[in-house]
Amino acid sequence: MRAWEVIVGIETHAQLATRSKMFSGASTAFGAAPNSNASAVDIALPGVLPVPNRAAVEHAVRFGLAVNGAINRRSVFARKNYFYPDLPKGYQISQYELPIVQGGEITIVMGDEERMIRLTRAHLEEDAGKSLHQDFHGMTGIDFNRAGTPLLEIVSEPELRGAREAVAYARALHALVTWIGICDGNMQEGSFRCDANVSVRRPGEALGIRCEIKNLNSFRFMERAIDYEARRQIELLEEGGKVAQETRLYDPERDETRSMRTKEDAQDYRYFPDPDLLPLEVSASLLSGILEALPELPGTRRERFMREYRLPAYDAGVLTASRAAADYFEALVKASAVDAKLCANWQAGELNAALNRDAIEMRDSRIEPGSLAVLLKRIADGSVSNKMAKEVFDAMWAGEGGADEIIERRGLRQMSDGAEIEKIVGEVLAANAKQVQDYRAGKEKAFHSLVGQVMKATRGKANPAQVHEILKSKLA
Amino acid sequence: MINAVINATLTELSGALAAKQISSVELTKSYLERIRRLNGPLNAFISVDEDYSLARARLVDAARRKGEAGPLAGIPLAYKDIFCTRELRTTCGSRMLAEYKSPYDAHVVEQFERAGAVALGKCNMDEFAMGSSNESSYFGPARNPWDRRRVPGGSSGGSAAAVAARMAPAATGTDTGGSIRQPAAMTGVCGLKPTYGAVSRYGIVAFASSLDQAGPMAKSAADLALMMNVMAGFDPRDSTSVERPKEDYSGSLNLELSGLRIGLPKEYFGEGIEPGVLQAVEEAVRWFASQGAKTVPIELPNARLGVPVYYVIAPAEASSNLSRFDGVRYGHRAKEYADLADMYARTRAEGFGTEVKQRILVGTYVLSHGYYDAYYLQAQKVRRLIAADFAAAFERCDLILGPTAPSTAFEIGANTGDPVKMYLNDIFTIPAPLAGLPALSVPCGFDAAGLPVGLQLTGKHFCEAALLGAAHRYQQATDWHLRVPKEAPL
Repeated sequence: MRAWEVIVGIETHAQLATRSKMFSGASTAFGAAPNSNASAVDIALPGVLPVPNRAAVEHAVRFGLAVNGAINRRSVFARKNYFYPDLPKGYQISQYELPIVQGGEITIVMGDEERMIRLTRAHLEEDAGKSLHQDFHGMTGIDFNRAGTPLLEIVSEPELRGAREAVAYARALHALVTWIGICDGNMQEGSFRCDANVSVRRPGEALGIRCEIKNLNSFRFMERAIDYEARRQIELLEEGGKVAQETRLYDPERDETRSMRTKEDAQDYRYFPDPDLLPLEVSASLLSGILEALPELPGTRRERFMREYRLPAYDAGVLTASRAAADYFEALVKASAVDAKLCANWQAGELNAALNRDAIEMRDSRIEPGSLAVLLKRIADGSVSNKMAKEVFDAMWAGEGGADEIIERRGLRQMSDGAEIEKIVGEVLAANAKQVQDYRAGKEKAFHSLVGQVMKATRGKANPAQVHEILKSKLA
Repeated sequence: MINAVINATLTELSGALAAKQISSVELTKSYLERIRRLNGPLNAFISVDEDYSLARARLVDAARRKGEAGPLAGIPLAYKDIFCTRELRTTCGSRMLAEYKSPYDAHVVEQFERAGAVALGKCNMDEFAMGSSNESSYFGPARNPWDRRRVPGGSSGGSAAAVAARMAPAATGTDTGGSIRQPAAMTGVCGLKPTYGAVSRYGIVAFASSLDQAGPMAKSAADLALMMNVMAGFDPRDSTSVERPKEDYSGSLNLELSGLRIGLPKEYFGEGIEPGVLQAVEEAVRWFASQGAKTVPIELPNARLGVPVYYVIAPAEASSNLSRFDGVRYGHRAKEYADLADMYARTRAEGFGTEVKQRILVGTYVLSHGYYDAYYLQAQKVRRLIAADFAAAFERCDLILGPTAPSTAFEIGANTGDPVKMYLNDIFTIPAPLAGLPALSVPCGFDAAGLPVGLQLTGKHFCEAALLGAAHRYQQATDWHLRVPKEAPL
């Protein structure tokens, strides 16, 4: 039996980080009292008209340039018509035939392999309001605060092979949109939402019938939902069944997808160019201005880290997972002037672990790059051992002060005075005649025991390399 | 005195107010009195609030005493009920909005308020501006002051009837396929549809967004110019509003007619035009020629396709524009319903009249999957051909002249059973909005039955001043625009 191939395409709605809405001046702030951020335009009173938000357009262009897509110098807003209580106009203003961004690519790293995932398009649109079905005594309440919030819908080609690649893509996209500052990336608040189109096929065959999975509001759920859905489709096909094209909802509680609506219920959205809005023109000067101001992008920076700091691909990837992380790393290297690999190890190791443990963002780190640099300098010049440095780090994280201060206060300075170590080694050898005998009889283990005794006698402060050297010469 | 006031032009009224020969309160009172007397039979107004109008007039009078007076200070004015107003309900001639009160004023209303105008009330209209006879209004048809058995035209029928019957010295209208010009022609008043983008659409209940344009309706071309000075101009709240220097339309009324090239499209002087209409328009052509204007025969070969194109594009846009009337946030909502779909269905079945429903159905159909290319896209292509015809014609002439409508006012009910016959009444007014061009209608005579005939002038984009100038010169030599309807005597 030949294996199955799982093919995934991802549609992402990234809420653009603008102060006001896509077509009105109302605030986009999250968490305001219901309907307090809903203007006459947002609730579609008779006579109101949409005016495009320049900042949202600039964000879309910024994205297009960052993914190396084509910016349509003239794109067209279209109306997507359907009735729903939280859609105030009875249509959503979106882009249909001529989106602002066409094509482009996102690089994902799977182990050591880099893959280029092609984008179909990215277009501007407005969000709908929210229907609230609880607390209204069997009725439905509507909050129009979200209505009109600017979104960039980013559509990938169906070329992700399975759940892990899909998640890698979503993570890379998430890192990019936050990196270039067009989206705050907050998935809990719905600022970054993904739907997955999942189909399965035998290798070499045409694409299978796809199902669209909605409600994937975390990377973890996305992976589980795609895995579940692929399994469901494969089982169906192997039993001789057929996949029906439909929209399915992921239920994280039960870890399964359920049918929401079938293709037969699919609406005719009657798209047509919005006559209230002129075609959206992107001028050459706007384009070049945004291009010039574009920051160094994650992929470029990752490659530079590998080249400039001689870091392995994995480290470079971790350190460029976000712009804040990459900035932190470069500040750390500069301030410490120690080996970049040491910096990488500490940032990717201790620092990231502490951030994760306490759920703190890099930009809010309790240890600034300058402070961590002092500790790394002490490691490099032999003042503290690597082991001791971890204790110092924890104390720094707990807010007990700077590295030097903690080393002094706790007496953690490494003993590197040869004469002193030699004296202690002499005492240890005298007190452990049995181990000395064992070692000379060829028991290598005895040597480690002796090292341990010396370290114990110095309360761990002796430089282990020096201890090794002196012991070897004495026992020779 | 009162009769003189009632029949005076805006220019004359402004003068009298400035000279303190009359106060705005006195002026407003005399118009309100006339509305009280004539609105019963003519049904030109849907809403009138005398207390509000008089309070506003007092305010303007007080401001004038302090030396503050805008260009239209104290002038009473009527708004078509499609312009959103905070003070009076905005019904759009529909049950759907029968009790709707806007929390904001339309841009045009703001401009007139700032200029010192005093609102007399809101005028009757075809429901959501869909109609050519004012018969589709939920509030009943407005009637023609020249013959009350006849329609005043539409959709701005109430505005036209109000100005014709001297219930208001001027009014606002909107024109999508002829809704200012055709009723102006049928009631013997003047009406201008400006270039698309000249007047902000903000606060005007949308019918067909790519065609809708607000304009003035008044007794003379000079009055239209005064109103345009207030109405026209850039508004950042309307993305289709055009940013250009403010124009003084009143300052360029004395157009030199000698050498003016007037295009006469052969399609506008052919079959299907009532002889009385043709005769009056040809008489006007002779007058222009006598003033040294040069008549140029032109062709608008695709203009005949205007009606079918319009009746694809306008309903398509309307079907989408009217989706917001769903009973959820404002307006009519059915009292009882089983579920959401039923709520929508009943609300819209009850809230909209027959003409509106027909157009929503047509519009939904032409935008539907599988029909879009054949209808909507095709119509857009032909629309561009029509615009190209005009562009070619304007290479050879400065403005285009013809009848505004093929017939004079018809009797109420005469065309209601035959939508195609009704739609053909707009045959000459539809092409200009399809091309975004300015066009006006001025009275140019009467037919054998004593009904007014309208003369239409169409110009190049943003050449309203030339149209107004030509019309003004014509009105200095004729008095058609000064005739008072016999069923609304002074």
